This record gives sequence, structure tokens and C-alpha cells, in this order.
Amino acid sequence: MSYEAVIGLEIHSELKTKTKIFCGCATAFGAEQNTHVCPVCLGLPGVLPVVNKRVVEFAIKAGLALNCHINKFSKFDRKNYYYPDLPKNFQTSQYDLPIAEHGYVDIEVGGETKRIRITRIHMEEDAGKLVHSGNTIKDSDSSDVDYNRTGVPLIEIVSEPDMHTPEEARAYMEKVKSILEYIDVSNCRMEEGNLRADVNVSLRQKGTEKLGTKTEMKNLNSFKMVEAALAYEIERQEDVLEDGGKIVQETRTWDDAKGKTLSMRSKEEAQDYRYMPEPDLVPIIITDEEIEKYRAGLPELPDALQKRLMEEWQLSAYDAGFITSSRAMADYFAAVMAAEKLSPKLVVNWLMGDLSKQLNAENITLAESPVDAKRLAKMLALLEKGTISSKIGKQLFAEMWKNPAEPMDIVKEKGWIQITDTKEIEQIIDAVIAANPKPVADYQAGNKKSIGFLVGQVMKMSKGKANPALANKLLAQKLE
Amino acid sequence: MSLYKKTVHELHNLLLNKEVKATDIAKSYLQQIDAREEQIFAYNTLTEKEMVLKQAEKVDEKLASGEEISFLAGIPGAIKDNICTKGIRTTCSSKMLDNFIPPYDATVIEKLTAADYISLGKTNLDEFAMGGSTENSAFTRTNNPWNYEYVPGGSSGGSAAAVGSGMAAWALGSDTGGSIRQPSAFCGVVGLKPTYGRVSRYGLIAYASSLDQIGPIARDVTDAAHILQAIAGHDEMDSTSIADKCPNYAEALVADVKGLKIGIPEEYFIDGMDKEVAAKIEEAIANFKKLGAEIVPISLPNTKYAIATYYLIACAEASTNLSRYDGVSYGERVAGEDIVSMMTNTRTAKFGEEVKRRIMIGNYALSAGYYDAYYLKALKVRRLIKEDYDRAFQQVDVILAPVAPTPAYKAGSIINNPLQMYLQDIFTVPLNLAGLPGISLPCGYTTNNLPIGMQLMGKPLGEMEIIRAAYTYEQEYGFPNKIAEVNE
Repeated sequence: MSYEAVIGLEIHSELKTKTKIFCGCATAFGAEQNTHVCPVCLGLPGVLPVVNKRVVEFAIKAGLALNCHINKFSKFDRKNYYYPDLPKNFQTSQYDLPIAEHGYVDIEVGGETKRIRITRIHMEEDAGKLVHSGNTIKDSDSSDVDYNRTGVPLIEIVSEPDMHTPEEARAYMEKVKSILEYIDVSNCRMEEGNLRADVNVSLRQKGTEKLGTKTEMKNLNSFKMVEAALAYEIERQEDVLEDGGKIVQETRTWDDAKGKTLSMRSKEEAQDYRYMPEPDLVPIIITDEEIEKYRAGLPELPDALQKRLMEEWQLSAYDAGFITSSRAMADYFAAVMAAEKLSPKLVVNWLMGDLSKQLNAENITLAESPVDAKRLAKMLALLEKGTISSKIGKQLFAEMWKNPAEPMDIVKEKGWIQITDTKEIEQIIDAVIAANPKPVADYQAGNKKSIGFLVGQVMKMSKGKANPALANKLLAQKLE
Repeated sequence: MSLYKKTVHELHNLLLNKEVKATDIAKSYLQQIDAREEQIFAYNTLTEKEMVLKQAEKVDEKLASGEEISFLAGIPGAIKDNICTKGIRTTCSSKMLDNFIPPYDATVIEKLTAADYISLGKTNLDEFAMGGSTENSAFTRTNNPWNYEYVPGGSSGGSAAAVGSGMAAWALGSDTGGSIRQPSAFCGVVGLKPTYGRVSRYGLIAYASSLDQIGPIARDVTDAAHILQAIAGHDEMDSTSIADKCPNYAEALVADVKGLKIGIPEEYFIDGMDKEVAAKIEEAIANFKKLGAEIVPISLPNTKYAIATYYLIACAEASTNLSRYDGVSYGERVAGEDIVSMMTNTRTAKFGEEVKRRIMIGNYALSAGYYDAYYLKALKVRRLIKEDYDRAFQQVDVILAPVAPTPAYKAGSIINNPLQMYLQDIFTVPLNLAGLPGISLPCGYTTNNLPIGMQLMGKPLGEMEIIRAAYTYEQEYGFPNKIAEVNE
């Protein structure tokens, strides 16, 4: 039988406000345990929440950037459940009147554009973190609670079940991440957990409409995990169905080390959160003027920027898509292009090639790159002007990674300036011809291909500094 | 005359005229507590005597150096034990918070501290303010100062009994469904429940957030008006706090109700009401007429739904407000083999019966499948009740009604009948549902010498009108500053 997967995502994104959603405590990551806390976020008896206006602003901006309708009347609700990392044993969230609804993003998978609808975006507070004395909760005698994260503002972005493959889910999450980065409302540092997804998946027979029973995997905080967990889960469900079994509606955890999902708890009887309007907060009223103000203040979003780059720099959709995949990359590209007059294709090739390779190898972000946009631009200018050969270009880039000096200074110090002096190259050519009688004879006998080998020898002898085109031309003249 | 028998404004004037010292006042109150607390049990926690005297000395120093002092400066009061006081145990009369010492002050306490107030202690209440007799306290019953066999009312029973017995010149209470007005009536003192949002709730341990309101309990209307002034006003820490500026409440202390339209709601004069209470209310209506007020019969037709509506909304809110008491990071903890059993054991052992009952009602009302029929319906009826008042206040300036269908009743007489207990709140809960201000003041005594109170209800932010009406009545026909003397 042939199945189709139906996938929906709930993406939780921490907003990058300086203070928490309902109190004045700092949101900064990595502080000593329980230092960013106060009576309000600790949920002590008698305290009251006060909404951080920036959170509402950021949520509206996210809503607009994700093509949502902004609700002019919105409210907070209490979601009741007991868990020790939740000091009030309810999470202040939004239930029936979220801040934004009915949006979408367009993703590209396999060269095709697809629209993924967004059901809603709501604001809520994050919970604290349990710190177990052992490695896992099962082998721990005790657990501490770190409340630093309690009350850090989150938006939850709920998609419609419009995705059908792990690749689509990944592309969707990447797109949402890049948009949130563009509008500067979230740091989206996935390794710190400030962008994470709960993934729902069910299978149905191809060509049918009715949804199958779904399972959910929570708190996946990398694209790779989302893709891998979905791929595993789709296969597992397929096996169960093939064997005539039934899917149990449940939450499963993704064990990244083992590469499989494990049953966590059954959701056959859905938990009743007993939602109730938050009586300690007044409804959020947003005017048309405010909405228009935020809309006008939005930066250029990835789709528009991609289109502009294609027109302005004649980039291919693929290249422009790469540049706009993150705001950091787009900004870097813009900075390189602003610093020097360069061929856009050359710049894209370097960003996609050597620069990305180095960043990945060292697992650092663009912001942490030792080669900033200005220095890269200067280096590429040396290449374009012919001051250095492309071979030297690669060496120079590797050197710049370790050495903060200006590219031209490095080139001078290392004596890497390209040899364009005809006489100097001719001397090398003479030596190469003398040392390689066989290839020379081959060439003269009609095997024109052997000139490649000879040019290579010229480059080798010049330590990569000879201008290859010139070397080729002069060599051909000599051999005729 | 002993200083403890005087009102705050009398004591304030004595201080200003240098006729007495704040330390003399403090000593008088400490003596009165020594004399009567062991019979009344108004306090959960008493402030150390040295601390009380030290605070009084500070005020004396200010006076000696010619500094201005506030109305409450140096005059000992009491704080209901559900209002957070930094460094001072705050229990809500619950075993759950027996050991809870707040690291912060409620906004009202910050304001009072700035006014050099002196607290004699934290007063007893029904556990988490759930009840109308203070019998639901996990620690002790509080006795009515007029007759120790009778309840002081509740939930602010400790505060009302302390003020009514001369063990405090004034007190703060909180009113969710009558918890200031009813014990004030039972103890023969004045209690004022402000408009919802007029006084900050920050630091008031929540029972039902959309109904709770802090207010003064005092010996007369003048004191109540001044104490309200000291605690009212906008607070950025409370999103439901009203932004409007407070008027000068003392300006309402004018003995004149000529032409004032007083509404008498027919639904508040029911069968089964105590005859003596009914008679005293009739008398009060007649007296207001004599004072030149215009008496207007009105109808608040949805009053009959108020009790059901109130208990659904209050319990629903309470069920989530009280979720936080789980033994995890503060309060009492009963061990368990895992986190769920620890939480369960803690809540089972440390909450009293009434608290559990209301949590159960609330959870039920909010459950999937019941939400629409109970909680949502209650919210709709709440709106109807509010609209009743809106209509009535187009005709009248204030509304007069009894505070409770009976005077104080004997301790233990109805505590085992929760439904009968809830029905006692019939005249007080509608005001909380509508968010309106109300004042309760003595209007007579039963043949058994138990106080009877009447209630004046006002428009939103209509504190000025009800203070003026109450003050006028008090001047001509009232019983200001009557302290229950020792009952042998």
C-alpha cells in the first residue's frame, strides 16, 4: 500500500526582549542558576503579571511577517497543568483569541514552490528547567529547578498540516527561522533551545482525505533532528500499518543518539488543560494605526530580497536563495558588495564555498567568522584585479582565517603577487620545456591536450604566482 | 479614657497637639491585646512589642523635630494575614503557608510603610479567605468580641474582631464576596470595599482574582475614608488597577444627604430574613428619609443568580490560583516517592476541607464539556448582574441594603452545612460580581446586643457618594466607635 505523510509543526521561538514577558527580570541565557528571578516569575503568593509591551510588538511583527491577520482584540489565558518547572502550575498563554491567525509562508522544495498555511501565532511564557542530580530523571535522587528561563517570552507558531515529507518540514522550519531573524525578534539560536519544534505526523493512504492517527514529538531543536525524527517516525508508522496494526495517539521522544523515537506517554485521553481567561491581565487592544506602523517598520523579507538580488545582480534563484537563507548571510553579502566593486557570482561562489566550509568545519556562526565582509571584499578585489591568482586566493583565504592582517599586506609579505611580467614567465617556460621533452613532443605531434600538463608545471615552478592565462598563451606561442 | 478607645482621627489630632505620644498609644493597644487576645484570637502573628514601640518612637521623634506626619503615622493597626509583608510570616490561615515568609511587601504595605504605619500583627481569616465566619482558619477560631460564642464573620474576621475589640485602631481586610463588609457588620465596625481596581492587589494572596479587593476596616466612616486614601491609587504592578486619580475622600465627609436618591432593591428583602435585621434596615431607611434623602424602590432582578454565579467564578479562579501550592519551592511540603505523590500528599495534608471543596468545584466548572454550561454561563450571568446595577444607577445615587440576612450566629451552628453557609453571602456577592464599591456600617443592635450592619452600594468609583451617605447617617443616627467591652 502507498501512504502519504501529513505533517504539522508547532514552532516555539523565544523572543529577544531584554526582559521577561511578565516581569522585569533579564532573559539572558547562561546565567548562574536562579539569578534571573523575582517574586513574579517565581509565582510567589500574591504576585501579579504585567505584560511586557515589547513582547506584544514582537509578536505582531512576527504575525505580519508571516502574512497573518492581527487580532485587534486578544487576551491571555491560563493553561493548567502540574509540572515542577512551572511555578504557578499554569502557563499563561493564549487560547481562543491569539494575537495573530491565518498566515502562510512559501517554501521551495525540489525546485517547486509550496504554500504552508499558518493557523495561529500566540504569546506565552516559557517554563523553567529541571536539573537532575543524575544523568536522567530515572537515576536521580533529586532534581533542582532553575527558574531563569521561567517567564522568558515565547511565540508559538502553529502550522496547518500542509507538509508531506521531512524535507518540506525542514524547509518550512528554515523559512520561519530566517523570517524571524530578518525581523529581528528572535535570536533563533537553536543550540540554546530558543527555536524548537513540536512535530505532528500521521499517515493516510495516498489519494484519501481522512487524517490518520497522529503522533507527536516534542522539543526538537535542530533541522536535522526534525528531518531525522520525521523520517524515522513515518517509516515506523508505515511498518505498524503494514503489519495490520493501529497507530496509538501519543507523544514520543526522539532519541538523537539512538536515532529512533520512543513512546513517552499515551494521549488517548487528551489532557484537559482547563483553559481559563487570565483574570490578572486585561485584554490586549491593538489599533489599525499600530498595526500599520509595525508593518511599515518591517525590513525587506527573504522572499522579496531574493527577488531583488536576482534582478539587481543577475543571480540565479538558487544563488539568491542561498544568500537570503539567513539574515546574517544576506547582510554579509551586502557588506561585501558595498565594500568593493566585484562580480556578484564570484562573491556568491566564495560565500557558498570556502567561507561556508570553514564555518561548518569550526561550527561557528557568520558573526564569529574571523574573516569579516570587508576583508573578504578586499581579498576578492585582489583576485579580480589579477593581483593574485585564484590558486593563491585559496591560500590567502586560509591564511586570513588565522591572521588578522590586511589581505594585501599578507600577499606582499608572502610574495604572492601574481607574475604578469612576460619575460619572467618566459624564463620559467623555457625551463619547463627543457625539463619535459616528452609532453613537448606530444604537443608538437598534435596532442594539444598536453599543454595542460605543461601549464601546470609552469604554475608549480612559479609557486602558483604565474598568471595562468598568460602562461598558457606564451607557452602556446613557444611551442608553435 | 483609654487611648485604645479612640478613633484614628482622634488619636492623630492628639499627636499633632502633642497631648499624647505615639508610644503611649502603642502601649495602650499592647495592653488591650494582652487583656483580650486570649479570648478573641484575632491574630495569627503578633508583632514583637519592642518592634511596635520602636516604630512608635520613630514617629515621636518626627513630631519632636517638627516634621509633618501622615494620618496613620504612629497609630497601630492590623493587617489581614493574606496580605504579603516582607520578612513577616504570611499564612492565609493555611497549614500550606504556615512557614511562608514573603520576600516582598504588597503595594498597600509599601504605601503604609511610607506613611509610618504601625502593624500590631497579622489577623486570622478563613483559610485563603474562603468562608464567612473565620471558622475555616486552619489555626484557630476567632471569637466575636460582642459575644465569644458567636462568630466574628469572615473572611476578614480577625481584622474586624481586632478593631471591634480595641485591639487595633484600624485594619486592612480583603473582600471577595463580602469578606470586609460582613465581618464589619458582625463586629459593629465600618468596612469599606472599594471599586474593583481602586486599590492595588499586588501582594494580596489571590483567592478569586477578578473579585478580590483590599479595603479598610475602621471604627467610624471618617477613619475608613482616610485609610482608603492611604492605600488607594494606580499601581503599575497590577494590570487591573484603575488609572484614574483618586479624589480626596475626606471631602466626602459632609453631613448632608438632602436630595440624595437612595435605591432600595426589592430583591434584598427576602423571606427568612432575621426580623431584627429587617426592622433595623427599615429604621435606617426611615432615618435617611428624615435626613432629606429621596427613597426610590428599585429592582435588581438577577440577584437570585448571584450566589451560583459567584461560587462558579470564584471557585474556578481559586482552583488555578491555588495550583501553585505544590510543595516544590516554598511553603510546606509532605514527602512522597515521586514528584506527583509529593504534590498530592502536600495538597492533601495542607489544604483544609473548604479549600479542597472550592478547588473541586472550580476544576469541575472549568473541565472540558462543562466549561460552557458552568463557567461560561456564569460569566454571562455576571454581565446581567452588572447590567442590573447599571440600570439602577441611572435612577439612584446609592443603594441601601442589609449586609447579611442575620446578625452574627453561634460558632459551629452552620459550619457543617456548606450550602447554608454560602447562602449567607446573598447580599454581599452581587457587588463583587459587578466590581462596585460598598460600605458597611452599624445601624443598630439585637436584643442580645449583637451589632447589625447596613450596606450602602455605589456606582463604579462612587466611593465619594457612599462615604458621604454613610458619614451623614453616622453623625445623626449611627453608632460610631463603639467598642465591644469585656464579655463575661
